[in-house]
Amino acid sequence: MNGGGSPPGPGFLLLAAVALLSAAALGYEVLLTRLLAIVQWHHFAFLVISTALLGFGASGAFLMVAGSRIRIPPGPFLALAALAFALAAPACFALAQRVPFNVLELPWSLRPFGWLLVIEVLLAIPFFLAATGIGRTLIVFGDRLSRVYAADLVGAGAGAAIAVGLLYWLPAGRTLDGLGAMAALAGATAAVRAPRPARWGLLAPAAGLLALLLTGATGWSELRVSPFKPLPQALRVIGATLTESRSGPLGLVSAVENETVPFRWAPGLSLLARAPVPEQVALFVDGGGPIVIPRHRAGAAPPGYLDDLTSALPYHLLERPRVLALRAGGGAPVLQALGGGARAVDAVEPQPDLAAIARSRYRSFSGGVLTDPAVRLYVGDPRAFVEAARGEEYDLVQVDALGASPSGLDALKAERLLTVESMRAMLARLAPRGLLAVTGWSQLPPRGGPRLLATLLDAFAAEGIGPAAEHLAWIRSWNTSTLVASRAPFSAAEIAAVRSFARDRAFDLVHVPGMEAHEANRFNVMERPWFHEAAARLLGPERADFVRDYKFDIRPATDDRPYLRSFFKWAHAFEILALRRAGGVGLLAIGYLALPVALIEAAIASAALILLPLLLVRRRSGARKEGTRRGAALAGFFSLGLAFLMMEIAFIGRFTVILSHPLYALVVGLAAFLVFAGLGSWLAGRRGPGGSPGGGSVAWPAAGIGALAVVYLAALPDLTSALLGAAPGVKIAAATALVAPIATLMGMPFPRALARLRQLDPVLVPWAWGTNGCASVLGAALATLLAVHHGQTFVIGCAALLYGAAAVALSRMGRVPRQDGGGRRQSLSSEV
Amino acid sequence: MNEKSGERAAVAAGDASHPLGPFPRRPFPRREFIGRAGALAVAWSGAAQAGAPRDEMRRGMLEAIADTTARTAASTGVEAIDPEVMTALDRVPRHEFVPTEIAELAYENRPLPIGHGQTISQPYIVALMTHLLALAPHHRVLEIGTGSGYQAAVLAELVDSVRTIEIVPPLARQAAERLPRLGYDNVEAGLGDGYYGWPEAAPFQAIIVTAAASHVPPPLVAQLAPDGVLVIPVGERFSVQMLLLVRKRADGEVSVRQVLPVRFVPLTGGPR
Repeated sequence: MNGGGSPPGPGFLLLAAVALLSAAALGYEVLLTRLLAIVQWHHFAFLVISTALLGFGASGAFLMVAGSRIRIPPGPFLALAALAFALAAPACFALAQRVPFNVLELPWSLRPFGWLLVIEVLLAIPFFLAATGIGRTLIVFGDRLSRVYAADLVGAGAGAAIAVGLLYWLPAGRTLDGLGAMAALAGATAAVRAPRPARWGLLAPAAGLLALLLTGATGWSELRVSPFKPLPQALRVIGATLTESRSGPLGLVSAVENETVPFRWAPGLSLLARAPVPEQVALFVDGGGPIVIPRHRAGAAPPGYLDDLTSALPYHLLERPRVLALRAGGGAPVLQALGGGARAVDAVEPQPDLAAIARSRYRSFSGGVLTDPAVRLYVGDPRAFVEAARGEEYDLVQVDALGASPSGLDALKAERLLTVESMRAMLARLAPRGLLAVTGWSQLPPRGGPRLLATLLDAFAAEGIGPAAEHLAWIRSWNTSTLVASRAPFSAAEIAAVRSFARDRAFDLVHVPGMEAHEANRFNVMERPWFHEAAARLLGPERADFVRDYKFDIRPATDDRPYLRSFFKWAHAFEILALRRAGGVGLLAIGYLALPVALIEAAIASAALILLPLLLVRRRSGARKEGTRRGAALAGFFSLGLAFLMMEIAFIGRFTVILSHPLYALVVGLAAFLVFAGLGSWLAGRRGPGGSPGGGSVAWPAAGIGALAVVYLAALPDLTSALLGAAPGVKIAAATALVAPIATLMGMPFPRALARLRQLDPVLVPWAWGTNGCASVLGAALATLLAVHHGQTFVIGCAALLYGAAAVALSRMGRVPRQDGGGRRQSLSSEV
Repeated sequence: MNEKSGERAAVAAGDASHPLGPFPRRPFPRREFIGRAGALAVAWSGAAQAGAPRDEMRRGMLEAIADTTARTAASTGVEAIDPEVMTALDRVPRHEFVPTEIAELAYENRPLPIGHGQTISQPYIVALMTHLLALAPHHRVLEIGTGSGYQAAVLAELVDSVRTIEIVPPLARQAAERLPRLGYDNVEAGLGDGYYGWPEAAPFQAIIVTAAASHVPPPLVAQLAPDGVLVIPVGERFSVQMLLLVRKRADGEVSVRQVLPVRFVPLTGGPR
């Protein structure tokens, strides 16, 4: 396969080009995650890893099938691949945006299914190009590949950081141009030493591409946000003006004003509300929202409508409270607190750009509420704030959970603030008679509400608060519900206050201590008092039965399974799917549905792009050798691929809680796994125990992975809560340190097993490689699916078991004969 | 009422007094709709009705509505859709209200995209909502969120006077052109803020809010006649979660009902 003869070792420029291209490829992975969250919904983020692996896998298949026929020398080839990537990275995304894919139509037609496949293949093309350029460089330098490999890994690690930098410096839509420019630079670097005609033939287009991408002349920077997302919907309304847009690593924040049809966002507003809803400015994060800034005149009484929302209930139970308002960036929860008599408010907003817009451009519009002397605004992760605020004592912790889509589009979004662990921390910050209030959507049939209560009940039990029924008040309007938990049992006066608050606003009681069944379902009447019945059952002795028998998944959310809004139970899948045209489409969470769809598509795409090419050239491969158990070998490689990705994705999931944002988790997780697995793979190639020609055993790394998994599973919960309040640098270092040993071990089995197979039966090598590639594409999607239902711990456990299974299977694939097998040596790079 | 209410632009087709000027009667630029996927969609939908006559497709749609209504009766309280509503649905050419590219899907019992991030509702939901309004010919009806104009046309088959307001200008223009063209001269279509209703024409015996609403606009409740009904489908585009029914009694008291449009008991074995 060594097409260009035996070249001298790779020069510095070539290595630099490899590093740059590798950085661009990993950066592409990170940026796609961000960009897809903006133009579609965030659940497509997890597709990106699967897509990247598809591109890598297809590249491997391509190199195996056609690599030997490539006559271009390594430098120019790398330059070509890099230039193609430079063009493809922004172009493929621009094309993918033009695909008329609409996830919301998934329950109604097969069309979105096909279009999603098109998008996945389009986005895999740049990964294919980068992997082909780097992979061939690795192959060409055969025995001296370690330096190329090192450059590849260093580049990848840097790429993750560069992507975050690009998101800081450039508007989101321009980041891929920036990345393309970096790849063009890689192309130019690789071309510098090329022979004269080829050199200029490559440098000229590189310069052209660079100019094109840096000036943005491609016109590809426009982000075409799905027209069904809240921001484009708001912008189509007569009179709407986009006044400001700020882009950063944590999201794209857009501010919209409308004087003709003013925003009047007031979910759950009482039908009996007397005060009008004042004009508002709407803020959208990644096109979702809105989060509103109500117009308010400094010094005037806060707008009265805020007292006619279900979330106002706790202010009727407290005297001059000290309030912690979580997710309060727009200022409405703060205004509500001040209107409710709060003496001091600590407001926490996770979105820095949102807070900045509210505090600067709309400071006077909002009456300067966020700069009020009684208000302190903290910009940062609410969960981390709660964990770090150990010395603080609040009379009220107010959580706004209305930011997520009410109809299941955010089913896969990790809700780190409303897990058992987080609720325990919030309860622990309360004064002796303090309250924790959570306001969310109340869907019908109930699912989010019962799950929230189940979660709270576990937190109560862990904090020794009980009997639970005495510590709870729960009310609802037709679309929102507010659950109030008290550290102390509610007094008779407080219970009376809850009743009169609800009655005066035509809100329904779901639960107050001592409530009778006939008091429920009075104002917003549903077929049965579903909410009250759910509360009664959850508070009663048969809670476990109720949770088990409920047709939605309402098990408590935990840090391990922080999917508060994923309610899908496979046991009732057919019933719900059958009802989708009979008025039951609202029972489906589309955000969740996208996941099994993605898994099926990953299977199709990886079979078509990885296995099919191998199948087509099977005849050329020669006869198979006797004595090799093909089934065992392929099962082993399949397990390895699944296991690696499941472990990686589960860790990234856990890091989402620790590192406070999915993007940071992805960046740290991807980079750390790649670099340390690379290190492990390099170590494995260096010295097999006993210097065995077969590349050493798979068993001991597998055993090591198993042992480490057990240690991590035992230590992760405590480690998570210990790290949550730590400084960002400490968190990143700790996460990296956690990954280092296990990823190093995880890098070992594959090259070892492949080396052994090469001696046993070289014909099988491409198949082992392809099987492994397919499995990793599947593993990425499967890991998320399993985590939603069973938690990250379960996924880590499965991955460890799969490593064990792989070790067993691979040990049975056959014995390596003493003398060299003599088959045609295939100089395959196992590390592509 | 409110000073804002005066700003709502009551615009019938060609009304030159509207601040945005008269709506030109020109066909809507089709490429702004949903791309060129129509043919593919038909192929994939498995619908064999590509060449079937529209009357037959419409009958199929009515059968689907009747069937779904019967299956959901226990939860909606509606055993069967009022025959007059069914007749109205039979008369309105739904394919005229969807982009030409997907006209062949018009009579499937599903919502469809109509461009501008908007949808035309599922026929079953249209039928159920219209039924719940319990209309009589003399009723005055207000619709907030014209969209394609389909719901307004169905209402116009049943009552003498329908008013409809849209906030997305191209959709408002399109409906103002389309409805009279199809003979619905009893529909007055406007562009503007629906939050304040249409005070000049109030009170209304029925109000239907098909635009996304975070709360029930109090001005709309105020414009409801005694014994009047207001219906809001709650959910996202393409997926209605429930119907909200606000009824104003003769004494002015307001009651709210939440209707699940599907027969689904969330607990295995039913409620105990």
